[in-house]
Amino acid sequence: MNRYFRELSVTGALAIILLGLAAFAPAFFQPQPLLSLATREAPTLIVAGGMALVIITRQIDISVGSQFSVSGICAGLLAARGWPLPLVLIAAISIGALLGALNGLLVAGLRLPSIVVTLATMVTLRQGLNLVRQGEFVNLPDSIQWFGLSQAAGQWALVIFTLLFTVGLGVALRHIAAGRLVYAVGTDAEAARLAGISPQRVTFCAFVCLGGLTGLAAMMNLVQSPQIQPLSGQGMELKVIAAVVVGGVAISGGRGNLWGALAGLMLLACIAPALTHLHVEAYWEKAIQGGIILLAVMADGWRARKGGR
Amino acid sequence: MSAPPILELRQIQKSFGGAWALRGVDFDLYPGEVHALLGENGAGKSTLIKIITGAHPPDAGTVKIGGNVVTGLTPATTQKLGISCIYQQPALFPDLTVAENIALRLETGAKLRRIAWPARRARARDLLFRLGAAISPETEIRHLSMPEQQLVEIACAIGAGARIVIMDEPTAALTQKEQQRLFNVVRDLRKSGVGVIYISHRLEEIFALADRVTVLRDGQSVGTQPVAAINQATLIKMMVGREVTQNYPKRTTPLGAVVLRLENLGCARAGVQDVSFSLHAGEIFGLAGLVGAGRTELARILFGLTPADSGEIRLHEKSVALSSPQAAVARGIAYVPEDRRRHGVVLEMALEENISMASHRRLFPRRWLQTAAEDRLARGFIRDLAIKCAGPSALGGSLSGGNQQKVALARWLATKPIVLILDEPTQGVDIGAKGEIHKIVRQLAHEGIAVLLISSDLPEVLGMSDRIGVMRAGRLTAILPRGSDAATVMSAALGQSELDPV
Repeated sequence: MNRYFRELSVTGALAIILLGLAAFAPAFFQPQPLLSLATREAPTLIVAGGMALVIITRQIDISVGSQFSVSGICAGLLAARGWPLPLVLIAAISIGALLGALNGLLVAGLRLPSIVVTLATMVTLRQGLNLVRQGEFVNLPDSIQWFGLSQAAGQWALVIFTLLFTVGLGVALRHIAAGRLVYAVGTDAEAARLAGISPQRVTFCAFVCLGGLTGLAAMMNLVQSPQIQPLSGQGMELKVIAAVVVGGVAISGGRGNLWGALAGLMLLACIAPALTHLHVEAYWEKAIQGGIILLAVMADGWRARKGGR
Repeated sequence: MSAPPILELRQIQKSFGGAWALRGVDFDLYPGEVHALLGENGAGKSTLIKIITGAHPPDAGTVKIGGNVVTGLTPATTQKLGISCIYQQPALFPDLTVAENIALRLETGAKLRRIAWPARRARARDLLFRLGAAISPETEIRHLSMPEQQLVEIACAIGAGARIVIMDEPTAALTQKEQQRLFNVVRDLRKSGVGVIYISHRLEEIFALADRVTVLRDGQSVGTQPVAAINQATLIKMMVGREVTQNYPKRTTPLGAVVLRLENLGCARAGVQDVSFSLHAGEIFGLAGLVGAGRTELARILFGLTPADSGEIRLHEKSVALSSPQAAVARGIAYVPEDRRRHGVVLEMALEENISMASHRRLFPRRWLQTAAEDRLARGFIRDLAIKCAGPSALGGSLSGGNQQKVALARWLATKPIVLILDEPTQGVDIGAKGEIHKIVRQLAHEGIAVLLISSDLPEVLGMSDRIGVMRAGRLTAILPRGSDAATVMSAALGQSELDPV
């Protein structure tokens, strides 16, 4: 079977939905709503890239939503104090990377199970933020709205940057020597260790990358609205993990790529607008998304039982 | 012995994928007898035990238990027939209490029945009392020492009314005093009419405990003797009595300078102590010994997996600290691990990815994957080592055992090592590939690599090595010259001679 069967099938499913929409609800393809949809999902895609990295190393991070909120609020406060945009951006990425490093230290350094560690950091960060902010919004200066561009130009810039960045990350994962190590560690950490690779270091770096990307994503979210609220990242972890898994990144580690994650996210993100355009009740959205996730996991299980590709 | 045997095996044959494990073995056991089973690693002891316990079906031959021919044995049915096996590592549930563990083995009945807790505890107490063990039935298994856990296993066996008890190296982890207590238990079992199959590498135990001994070699029974009628020398001769028939490639170039020198090297965690020897460029230094003698542990110390805590490692006469595999690789040490199916090659990754895995730094100095260079490297090794495969992008898992071993070897040759540690390089490899691997290893030594060859295959160690170090219980007990005979090596491995330096 083709080695990229999973990626191809997700892309195929996406194509079928888009074709169906083209036939029955061409209104879906109006440029402005589509651009808005893409802009809304852009931060999620950035986080999904990092999540793919972490899941390929056979770990998981469910604290990304909280990291996103914390980075967003911190960046927002700095922006409100009048910091220039580039510095705010750097700060957001650094805060995210720092939070990722904390997870990485606990998981790789102390060899704790990542699902429990990140559950703990998720709750701690979220509640800590609530405690400090008491649910208060941060009003953002106009100067950082859409990077100071017009809304349309800002949206285009964001979407194009996100796509280029994802492609870049995907290429890097495939063509930088360190990317190979990520797969090796996720496939068989002990074998990697016996090959002179440090699984701890690779795992730590994956968490730091995810954190940094989450910070970047928080920044991309920040420029989209006049205010930022402390719950901005809530629920993001499930969305991101779902997209990555649907895209063919195996939760058991060692397999998957960013093309799949991109297709998975687009597939899940299309469901809600598609339903609207097809005049189906919006309540179906979650059920259909759940069904898609189940299908993806079943495909992985089937493939694992067949003994690999 | 007047009573009929409770266990009779006749002409048992078993092969695994074309390799013979047992070729027609006879074995019998009488009630009230301790029958020792002896043989080198890979002689077929474990396979024979697995046939008796029903874990493997025999390919041919008959098994009689209590006088009746039985077929289609499974571990569940052999337990009902009164066979219990006590492994070196007790297979108990660490978080359950002694009474609960015993109950899990002995209680049958409906899954939803009510549990009679007082009866459960009373039975456990009674069984342990019969063994003279001072263990409370309420203790959780993880709080018990290894010998105590063995006693619980034996209690299970007695409780199940076992007539045949198999003990697989039960004393390996015990202290002298604990051994004596175990021996007393075994003698009590014998007195009560149980037949005991006792596997051990320690000859003195066999002489202290067993009534008869059967020696296995290369899957065949060399003979069964009453212990009273033989001595240790005879036993060793029975174990190794074979000639080196294969042709091993010999050294043709003189030895180079000392590359690696170990001085009183030890690691408490790995159970290795006070190992000293030196390894020359171009030399193949064989490490012989029984399984568990500390050879793999020594290799793992040298590769930085379990760093040493005493002594010194000198590379090119410079003291080095090998605290991680990365440090070892950077110093030019390569380790091809045993059990390659699990960790030597990554089965889900392509052959070229496997080969380049340990040499990213050398191969990709700009951190960017050079697929062309990687492909060239892989093709070079496929040609030089004659790796049979569909091409550089074939998956590691698609290769045969011998070819996987060559890939594991290629991965480390790609790092251009100065010391190459091979751990059981030909285990489970067919005879043709074995010869090829031997030639490759000799060629590598010829090119100036210092090779440390760990092997449980005695003819291989004898045939390949320029010198042979023998390990026993974590220590290097002898260094023997090329041309030493198997009996000498075996004696040192079993603990019959002192270190005599060459």
